[in-house]
Amino acid sequence: MSRFLADARLVAAKDLRIEARSRVVLNQVAPFALLVLVLFGFALDADQRTLRAFAPGLFWVAVLLCALLAIQRSVSVEQADGALSGLRLSGMSPAALFVGKASAVFVQLVVLEVLLTAGIIVLYGSEVDQPLLVFATGLLAAVAVACTGTLYGALASGLGVRETLLPILLLPVLAPVLIGATRAFDDALGSAAVDGWSWLGLLAVFAVVATAGGALAFGALVEE
Amino acid sequence: MTETMVTTGTTTGSGGSRVLGAVTLLGLATLLLFAFGLTEPDVRLHPTTGEEIGQFDAVRLLYLHVPLAVFTYVAFVLCAVASAGYLVRRTPWFDTMAHAAAEVGTVFCGLVLVTGSIWGRPVWNTWWEWGDVRLMTTLVLFLMFAGYLALRRATVDPRAAALRGAVVALVAVLDLPLVNRSVEWWENRTLHQKSTLGELKIQDLTLFTLMLGFLVFGLVLAWLLLHRFRVGWLEREDAELGVATAIAERRAAIDGGDVDAAVGEDA
Amino acid sequence: MTHLGYLIAGWGIALGTLGLYVVSIIRRGRDLARRVPAERSRWLTSTDDGSRG
Repeated sequence: MSRFLADARLVAAKDLRIEARSRVVLNQVAPFALLVLVLFGFALDADQRTLRAFAPGLFWVAVLLCALLAIQRSVSVEQADGALSGLRLSGMSPAALFVGKASAVFVQLVVLEVLLTAGIIVLYGSEVDQPLLVFATGLLAAVAVACTGTLYGALASGLGVRETLLPILLLPVLAPVLIGATRAFDDALGSAAVDGWSWLGLLAVFAVVATAGGALAFGALVEE
Repeated sequence: MTETMVTTGTTTGSGGSRVLGAVTLLGLATLLLFAFGLTEPDVRLHPTTGEEIGQFDAVRLLYLHVPLAVFTYVAFVLCAVASAGYLVRRTPWFDTMAHAAAEVGTVFCGLVLVTGSIWGRPVWNTWWEWGDVRLMTTLVLFLMFAGYLALRRATVDPRAAALRGAVVALVAVLDLPLVNRSVEWWENRTLHQKSTLGELKIQDLTLFTLMLGFLVFGLVLAWLLLHRFRVGWLEREDAELGVATAIAERRAAIDGGDVDAAVGEDA
Repeated sequence: MTHLGYLIAGWGIALGTLGLYVVSIIRRGRDLARRVPAERSRWLTSTDDGSRG
């Protein structure tokens, strides 16, 4: 078990170090996230009341769009110089590899979520009524998206059409996450009278299934 | 639907499949006769005002829509089972079956959405109802399997396609209850009555026609699966033959001393 | 008959699509069957028992 965690930490640290050096997510995906918020503003006629009412949904759509880019990046990092076969030959268990890659995506997603939260507060005038609910939703949804995304990234890896294929594969599967996280944020930001905490249950179930199922399926995929 | 070709070896038909096709066509004709000729439109009287209410003749779309919907789910479950079978056994049979079921299921699923929408316009007064659980679940399912087929088409290596397809199919089916739950809690206002049919003035003939619909579209599914499976099987054999021929040619080239040509192609 | 347009559209699209799909499957099958020797199509060589699978 400790071996497992050490391996996973190694892979996560590797991906985060690559990110720290290349700054692709920070210099490209983060500005893109803010750009998406601004585009929603243009599309909805810059009416701050409308924007505030729909902020939860817009927030999570922006997260999913950015997640796609982060996952693409996470996959392409492995494709250079046959890095994946190297990792496979290292005797590392595929599950540890999966957890490591997903953790790195998770960290990047959390950073993007923080940035986007600041974005909707500043740009849309959203107010955080329940910080704890925002926090819990953000973490659970990030786990769900990172794990599902890492699995699907592996599914689409090595294909010439990966960039176009990943969204159509991944986004329908994440529909429950989008719905659940949006509703939880509706409560947390006070834009609709729903019980946000009950939605956390759904997100938690999704996150657990995505982590366990992803680790299992990843093993089958990498062995090919 | 069925073909009149008798010469074996040039089609995916066989004796059994031709009988199946003929029975299916006959059943389809009978279903049309019942759905349009023999059953009555759904007309009821409002208990208090005495107005005529109901679905009127639009109910005739249900003899098509409901069986298609049920067999969409049958096909996708079959695909998931075959995919699980592939992950365990790794035989081409399971993979070909999963691919066939997914393709046929996706065609059915698209038709369910279209016929449902056409039925919903006069009965629910809307083409599309956001927040209807079954409608949204079916749409998400359709999109997932559209992705499945796209993935399979994009993957050149047949073993990778089989493996990745199996994972996607299983994820799709496992994800489905979550999609369903989330939509249900999302907007707790389903238009789909617990049973659309329970509300109808069920006459024996209506029920019989619906059952006939199930039978006929079950046969349609069986015919399509059978032939789509055979097409998939032949595709695999064809690809293998192609590889075998290429290897033989390469061998011949090396034996003939034309090493450069043989190796050159690799670069 | 009420809703005749809806009925024709619904049934027409469904049966039309299924018909086209059937034709495409038969066509693909014929194409491939011509290229692959008959003994490799299991449902033609055996006594047609396990052909469904």
